[in-house]
Amino acid sequence: MKYVILIYGNPASRAAWQGFSDQERAAGLGIYAALNEDLNQSGEMIVSERLADPDMAKWVSVRDGATMTTDGPFAEVKEQLAGFYLVDCDSFERAVQVAARIPEAGFGIPVEVRPVYGLGGMEM
Amino acid sequence: MTGFDGLLRDLAPQVLGAVVRRYGGFDRCEDAVQEALLAAALQWPADGVPDNPKAWLITVAARKRAELWRGDSARRRREETAAALALPDAEPIPDVDDTLTLLLLCCHPSLTMPSQVALTLRAVGGLSTAEIARAFLVPEATVAQRISRAKQRIKAGGAEFRMPPPEELSPRLAAVRHVLYLVFNEGYTASSGAALHRVELTAEAIRLARQLRERLPADGEVAGLLALMLLTDARRPARTNPHGALVPLAEQDRGRWDHGAIAEGVALITATLATASIGPYQLQAAIAAVHDEAATADDTDWAQILVLYDLLDNVAPGPMVTLNRVVAAAMVHGPAVGLRQLAVAEADPALAEHHRMAAVRAHLLDLAGDHNAAREHYLLAARRTLSIPEQFYLEARAAQLGEQV
Repeated sequence: MKYVILIYGNPASRAAWQGFSDQERAAGLGIYAALNEDLNQSGEMIVSERLADPDMAKWVSVRDGATMTTDGPFAEVKEQLAGFYLVDCDSFERAVQVAARIPEAGFGIPVEVRPVYGLGGMEM
Repeated sequence: MTGFDGLLRDLAPQVLGAVVRRYGGFDRCEDAVQEALLAAALQWPADGVPDNPKAWLITVAARKRAELWRGDSARRRREETAAALALPDAEPIPDVDDTLTLLLLCCHPSLTMPSQVALTLRAVGGLSTAEIARAFLVPEATVAQRISRAKQRIKAGGAEFRMPPPEELSPRLAAVRHVLYLVFNEGYTASSGAALHRVELTAEAIRLARQLRERLPADGEVAGLLALMLLTDARRPARTNPHGALVPLAEQDRGRWDHGAIAEGVALITATLATASIGPYQLQAAIAAVHDEAATADDTDWAQILVLYDLLDNVAPGPMVTLNRVVAAAMVHGPAVGLRQLAVAEADPALAEHHRMAAVRAHLLDLAGDHNAAREHYLLAARRTLSIPEQFYLEARAAQLGEQV
């Protein structure tokens, strides 16, 4: 089963990250590196990316065939997507275990785990 | 599968076995055999199949192995010069069949399940990394990673290319059967319209199960597994409609079932049940046989299916066995009995939130004539399922009931 693990950030968490010392920052990245290595070892990793600052986002819409873009983020949205994992795990429990190792989960910003639709299905 | 592909993939494990026996070093030999298979796939269609295709593949694999080795460190080079430069076709091809040894190595307990599956399909099935990735809908890099990590782990863990001692054989064989079962299921459940381009994993699983059975004719569970695959796959032509939507067993056009496969599966499971000690694959095959032998859905011998589920519940209990047993009980004793048993089964936390629970309840409520409640539970199941074809099916059932109410 595939699961996407969504990691959010908010202005406070981004400010905290920016205020980290080199050592603290290296420690944080080290946790991610160890997690990635474990997921590669187990064959569960499909892809993982850290996303650029929400200020860099463009919101795209199409009206009457014309493409229009608006700069993000929307001010009213406090938590912004900051990164994600797509993993292939045996169970939801296992995907939750993986998510619990994301440092943000320990900083008061819950990490979201969502199953991905597949084509499989049992005979009924 | 074209003629070339079939021949190449039948030869793949034999060639790999011969090369590993001659040179040792499973990981590099496996890469070399992959390259030899690729070379054959390119050359044979143009130049014709060589007189002795197996010897041709072994020679090319040996050469590829030497090339791979040249890319390695100088230290190894000095150690292995003699072995690598030996003329490969100067030696006779050993007349040993290593397919079983290879299967056991690829399904070694030190490997994770996805790695076992990927390595088995590549080393024994002769599929390329790209084909495996397409079949499992994951990126090629993920599969390549699983295979290379698996080979590293085999190397580091000292797993050897030889038959395990007799006392280890039983659990090791169980792992092989489980991997083939997973490959089959992956292919079977995803055989709907949206996945037409996928490698035929069901055909591959059946091919490997046949190979396993040829090597272990007295193993009842291997025979049971092969029979289960044949009897299940036989229904595939009728399992989806032309739009790719699922058709439930009761509504399938039985004229479109593969009656040759059914006859083979029924004969196999009948002979096996008479001689071997019973096991879960045999029981599941027996249940599939009862379904397949019914001329119409109404002719299904549900009493016999219920007895078989009782046995299965004893030998290998599990949440899905519980649910399927409830359906059989409902068909024998009526939906009210089924609904009561379902309420008991719901105490199992693995079932309480499961979409199959809601789907079965919807089906039984439907049979009992409570269409409103049935519709609600079909919609609940549709929200909970993680399968797109299943979701379409469940929503369609709910919509049909909506029209009736």
